[in-house]
Amino acid sequence: MRVDPRTTQRIAKGLVWAAALLTLAILLFIIVYILWQGLPMVSVGFLTRNPTRMGRSGGIFPTIVGTIALAAVAVLIATPLGLGTAIYLTEYTRESAVTRAIRFGTECLAGVPSIIFGLFGFVFFVIYLRLGWSILSGGLTLACMILPTIVRASEEAIRAVPRPYREVSFALGATRWQMVTTAVLPSAVPGIVTGIVLGIGRSVGETAAVILTAGSSLRLPTSLFSPVRTMAVHFYILAREGISMEMAYGTGAMLIVTILLLNVVVNWLIGRLIARR
Amino acid sequence: MNKERLIQWLLLLIALSAISVLALITLFIFKEGLPIMVKIGATDFILGRRWSPGKGAFGILPMLMGSLWVTGGALLLGVPLGLAVAIFATDFAPPYLSTAIRPAIQLLAGIPSVIYGFIGLTVLVPWIRSHLGGPGLSVLAGAIILGIMILPNIISISEDAIRAVPKEYRDGALALGATHWQTIWMVVLPAARSGIIASIILGMGRAIGETMAVIMVVGNAVKVPHSILDPTRTLTSNIGIEMGYASGEHRQALFATGIVLFVLIMLLNTAASIISQRRGR
Repeated sequence: MRVDPRTTQRIAKGLVWAAALLTLAILLFIIVYILWQGLPMVSVGFLTRNPTRMGRSGGIFPTIVGTIALAAVAVLIATPLGLGTAIYLTEYTRESAVTRAIRFGTECLAGVPSIIFGLFGFVFFVIYLRLGWSILSGGLTLACMILPTIVRASEEAIRAVPRPYREVSFALGATRWQMVTTAVLPSAVPGIVTGIVLGIGRSVGETAAVILTAGSSLRLPTSLFSPVRTMAVHFYILAREGISMEMAYGTGAMLIVTILLLNVVVNWLIGRLIARR
Repeated sequence: MNKERLIQWLLLLIALSAISVLALITLFIFKEGLPIMVKIGATDFILGRRWSPGKGAFGILPMLMGSLWVTGGALLLGVPLGLAVAIFATDFAPPYLSTAIRPAIQLLAGIPSVIYGFIGLTVLVPWIRSHLGGPGLSVLAGAIILGIMILPNIISISEDAIRAVPKEYRDGALALGATHWQTIWMVVLPAARSGIIASIILGMGRAIGETMAVIMVVGNAVKVPHSILDPTRTLTSNIGIEMGYASGEHRQALFATGIVLFVLIMLLNTAASIISQRRGR
């Protein structure tokens, strides 16, 4: 029996619509579920107090500090490296075996699972460089992890800067570096910042790599060499060890709120990029 | 040396940082894990069925099988769903939805893996336990959670591949009297094949490499699963669970597990890279 192509089309269209709605529903469910259960836990005290009894009560203040500290170290180290790589690839060289190797290396690094970054960070930063479980070890590990994200976003942003900007700059007698810093980079800022914000998002949500390199101390860190626990790690420990589901929901809600805010920033930046073109 | 040349050399040095990190990762993972692998023998390590660190038995076959089961299940669920969403975004979405899809997928990609694991643990696992039987912590739970987690990879790369198909292909098919769906099914998808395959391979890499979400939902029992309702342990959860207290040979064996995982992922990455380069030509 031959099925009428129009019937097939109607069925296919229905399935495709169902798939899209299912995906959006899953996303919505995850966010609403966590916020619904968790937001009632969140209060000023929850955000500003230290946890007591292993996190069964009290707040999550040290984990907020830990999250910000790790993300800051990661971004401060990965941004110059990623941006430098992007500038080199776009402005300082032609396509060659070297650029292909750099691109391939960056792509591979993007695919490395976070647990492998955790193992690496543990033997290299924690043990070999003797940084111990610390903000520095965790931040450096995360920096390696978000490097590809920043390279890719910066490269795209720099490539999108129109050629005449460069030509005018050269015509005015600028050296290549002056051209890059005065003509190219200012126009590429929104794209570069997008990469940085995506990197922050990954750092905030990461658990496997952080737990092996930054430790899981609940004490407030005093220096770059203090061990810390991030919100994501705290959330994981609370839930997995069944310490307190209420506190886990509260911490999870804060994670979701952070990720939502970062996404709003990214979309606003991308909107600005598109508007400019 | 003048300033410009200095800057150029400095930038080259910086540009090599990603490769250097990759080289360092390879070096240190192998340095830690290779000795035990050599001692046991690579085949006995990879195909060994017994893992009891206390007795010095290190065989990772159950974990390898666990990873394959969970990843296979994730692909079975995630690929059709993701591909359908990609087709929806390029061909069927009304304007008000097509602008919403991209940020939504981006958000899905940004949700931390512990959140996925937590949803799996608090919603999915109890549901499976009461409706399908078994302990709930299972291959199925892992496959469903990972199937959702790889959606962003599948959707965004497939969508780009579908959009890159020249408009003439579509026009030609439509002119020959094909319906919109026939055009998509018989012309557009085959033309976008290599991009779609690359997206599947990258999704597979993501699924094999995912740790925290998997630890929370698969139960982590060291045995080869016989049904999708059995608990299992993956390569990643083996490392994630035992790394906290392992030492000596046990720790080396976990790094050796890392080597197997790392090599698998590198093979997948290389395959994806070769396939998408072929598309570029």
